[in-house]
Amino acid sequence: MKAYWSVLKLRLLRGLQYRTAALAGVATQFFFGFVFITIFEAFYSHAAEQPPMSLKELVSYIWLQQSFLVFITLWIRDNELFQLITTGNVAYELCRPCGFYEFWYAKLLAQRLSGALLRCFPILIVAFIVPHPYRMTLPPSPSAFALFLLALMLGLLLLLAVSMLIYISVFVTMSPMGSLLMFVVIGEFFSGKIIPIPLMPAWLQTVASALPFRWTADFPFRVYSGHIPADEALLGLLAQTGWLIVIVWLGKVALGKALRRVVIQGG
Amino acid sequence: MISVDGLCKSFKVARRAAGLRQAVKALFVREHTVVRALNDISFSIRPGEIVGYIGPNGAGKSTTIKILSGILVPDRGACTVMGYTPWKDRVRYVRHIGVVFGQRSQLWWDVPVIDSFELLRDIYRVPNPEFRRNVDMLVETLQLQDIVHTPVRQLSLGQRMRCELAASLLHSPKLLFLDEPTIGLDAVSKIAVRRFIKTINREQGVTVILTTHDMNDIEALADRVILIGKGSLLFDGNVGDLRARFGSRKTITADYRHQPHPIDIPGVSLVSWSPERAVLSVDTERTMIAEVITRLSGQVELLDVSVEAQPIEEIIVQLYKEYQL
Repeated sequence: MKAYWSVLKLRLLRGLQYRTAALAGVATQFFFGFVFITIFEAFYSHAAEQPPMSLKELVSYIWLQQSFLVFITLWIRDNELFQLITTGNVAYELCRPCGFYEFWYAKLLAQRLSGALLRCFPILIVAFIVPHPYRMTLPPSPSAFALFLLALMLGLLLLLAVSMLIYISVFVTMSPMGSLLMFVVIGEFFSGKIIPIPLMPAWLQTVASALPFRWTADFPFRVYSGHIPADEALLGLLAQTGWLIVIVWLGKVALGKALRRVVIQGG
Repeated sequence: MISVDGLCKSFKVARRAAGLRQAVKALFVREHTVVRALNDISFSIRPGEIVGYIGPNGAGKSTTIKILSGILVPDRGACTVMGYTPWKDRVRYVRHIGVVFGQRSQLWWDVPVIDSFELLRDIYRVPNPEFRRNVDMLVETLQLQDIVHTPVRQLSLGQRMRCELAASLLHSPKLLFLDEPTIGLDAVSKIAVRRFIKTINREQGVTVILTTHDMNDIEALADRVILIGKGSLLFDGNVGDLRARFGSRKTITADYRHQPHPIDIPGVSLVSWSPERAVLSVDTERTMIAEVITRLSGQVELLDVSVEAQPIEEIIVQLYKEYQL
């Protein structure tokens, strides 16, 4: 356990060195946050019927999406891990006395945590002081907030389990870009990053519910705004846990298979 | 300590001819050739040995090291190292071994060396007193005092390799695999690395298996040589045996007073000749050295004579030729 903790710590410290990258990220996320809210505001003011999500809920949804972008996007990747595989340096990782899956999972977790720590607070603070309609609102109750934090964390763990599948697939495809594209295109859309899931047509919502992706982003953000009530949120946490177990198991099986036939590239 | 029995491993390699047409064709039909990297390799190694594992490029040296260190899974064959089957008990087994791949790095690129060491301490769960003792010993013998606090990216190759060696020994392994530890190093660093390997073998009883292309490494370090080529074991024995079996030729260099006629001695081949100096090559199994020198002194007025054994490097080249590698 200590080993994973140390990897996490070292990566966190290293991640925190990259302040300029974080600053640039914050600026980008502000920009996107404002643009998205402006677009949806225009849609909402001309909507013929009442949309299934209030503008207030939507604004929180978008600001949370922007501030926790590092927690919810599949395309954030650790090129170092890809390089380890494609250059064959993975050889060293394999002669360490740790579970390979856990070892890399810890690395990925650290990368996400360090990224989010630097970015989320500036965005959230500003989101609470900008004028209406851009201003973000507090969650309806402390319990909704507590549920949100839980859901966000479980969502992060689930997202990492999914991205582990991307890294594992590189052992077979040897092409990080190809592997990424396959997962990212589907994953980003069905996690509600492009259109919030409640605003999708009913049939698309059915598809989204059958996939794990919406539990990583859509679910926690709607818990925050109260769009998903507490009792439903508790069930959601169970669903997240279920998906997490299934995908981690899947990843471990796939990794076991990949490592049995692993070829160390480059001699 | 190590026993290897009938190890086989083959790789599938995709191939296609050059050109766009062939590239497009390869999208639909893949041609594979099977490369047999290891073909029925067997040997055993006792504790405390230093074994040089040699062979030309692509002979299967690294593949063997990777199987022995639990990274690759062989197609067939058995292998026991310290009671473990490396690829089956990987996690428990690797705690007892150290590995250095000369062409790769295990240190974190952008943090000081000591941070990588501390991470390895936690990964291997080395108790702190033992860790301190090992770091002190390694820093002193490898002379790392000035570089352990430097980020790895700012180290020279020689400095980095010394740190890599230290990193692989922090958890006091009883067995050390070195895959080309001296690749790309200058003479001074090579000697430092060799001396260090010798020291830990003698003082800590660490068993060492090293692959290299530098025959000086072998001569300086290895009591025993295993030669493989094209995946098969060709020779297993000590360096002296290798010499005795393949290196019975000796080189005689003679300086003499000006003598315009070339030297002619039966059973001796002339490597080079000038009116003042001749280099002769003698097969000691057929012709006695003493006899050659007697005849030589009959033909010329000798000033100086030296007799040298064939350098091991030449023996290896000769061996490669003999086995057509």
